[in-house]
Amino acid sequence: MTTGQQPRTYPFGEADRLRLHPTYAELRRSEPVTRVRLPHGGDGWLATRYTDVRTVLSDPRFSRAATVGADVPRTTPLVSRDTNILTMDPPDHTRLRKLVAKAFTARRTEMLRPRAEKIVGDLLDAVEAQGPPVDLIEALALPLPITLICEMLGVPVEDRVDFRRWSDKALALTAFAPEEIVAAVEDLRDYIAGLVAQRREHPTDDVLGTLVQARDEGDRLTEAELVNFGVTLLVAGHETTANQIGNFVYTLLTEPEHLAALRTTPDLVPAAVEELLRIVPLGGAAGFARIATEDVEIGGVTVPAGDAVLVSMPSANRDDAVFTHPELIDFRRETNPHIAFGHGVHHCVGAQLARMELQVALSALLQRFPALELAAPVEEIVFKKGRLVRGLASLPVRW
Amino acid sequence: MTWRIEVDRTSCVGSGMCTAIAPERFVLVGDRAQAVEAAVEPDDAVLDAAESCPMEAIVVRGENAEVLAPEV
Repeated sequence: MTTGQQPRTYPFGEADRLRLHPTYAELRRSEPVTRVRLPHGGDGWLATRYTDVRTVLSDPRFSRAATVGADVPRTTPLVSRDTNILTMDPPDHTRLRKLVAKAFTARRTEMLRPRAEKIVGDLLDAVEAQGPPVDLIEALALPLPITLICEMLGVPVEDRVDFRRWSDKALALTAFAPEEIVAAVEDLRDYIAGLVAQRREHPTDDVLGTLVQARDEGDRLTEAELVNFGVTLLVAGHETTANQIGNFVYTLLTEPEHLAALRTTPDLVPAAVEELLRIVPLGGAAGFARIATEDVEIGGVTVPAGDAVLVSMPSANRDDAVFTHPELIDFRRETNPHIAFGHGVHHCVGAQLARMELQVALSALLQRFPALELAAPVEEIVFKKGRLVRGLASLPVRW
Repeated sequence: MTWRIEVDRTSCVGSGMCTAIAPERFVLVGDRAQAVEAAVEPDDAVLDAAESCPMEAIVVRGENAEVLAPEV
């Protein structure tokens, strides 16, 4: 059952730019499901191979709901007491997910592409007008996803200074004190509750309006579920994509060969986005533990009922059982079944939106600025620290 | 009464949504989903899977070939 060895300390180290710690590759080879000791909540298991990671993410014997209010192994300082879409199992999860799934389908998302192109066009006009050097995080990576998710949800984009500040704290590990994190989540809830109240006075057909209607007319979710859902969609709807836009551009600007390939063949952009999703680890470390609801055999071990399991999606995405030369960037892979958006019922609801935004942002940027380059030496480009997701503090560029 | 499940394997992205919601009804084969059996007894889990698919790659039809899910 256990190897008898001391659990490994996890995370293996502070996230180092966009590099994945070499221990993952070692574990995939020799110990695909291993014991780890987390900074909070004690010991658990970590799965690193593609097949095992997919199993943990989709097999109903691994529960997210069982982590609510429990002192589970985790990197975040606080015990999660919230029941939100990320901490629910079917059938509750399905009940909530169905309420918004329509707004995020590939078809509906594609209809937003012209709007995304217009937003990016305007942002790049401003970049050109300002002249080099420009920080692409503030100029493009943040405003594109924020504007789009605000328009979809019905959140006033003018409020972004406030909810950005709260959202940044809500996703902190060590960057802010625990009480500051709690207060920020409270602020986000109050903010969304206010928008919900407005919709009761004046109904709207945006996503928040749809959720209010589902609550008031269909009784399909509770008031707390409604507010928490709004918070989750707003935070997850921009933090992830904003950081990845910066991370992808950084990767391209530091890998001239791949940048050149995209410049010569712009049609490669969708495949490049998939490959960058595969290779660029967004999460600093595995999180979102699942609890085994019965004894489960996986990766050569038996995980006893009640134990917590973590999965590394970036590690799964570099499993040589699935990807040839997994450490290399290759925009011409024949198949690319990466699980950057997760797998199973919690597969990112915004995946199609994120893909579209990343494609639009990269295409427009490369087309508008054929000579784009970093405006500082690479070692001076700084990543944020102590957060759930990896992202640049700023990305100075010139052209 | 029998329902029919159609999965468009060209638009499927293998999210694992349907196989996790209705593991008895869907299976991933080569990273794409397919129905375990195309003809099934009425089962709400099949409708949930069709409603939740991000690609709208699953269509569930009733006795008279009418579309039961997803709602468009």
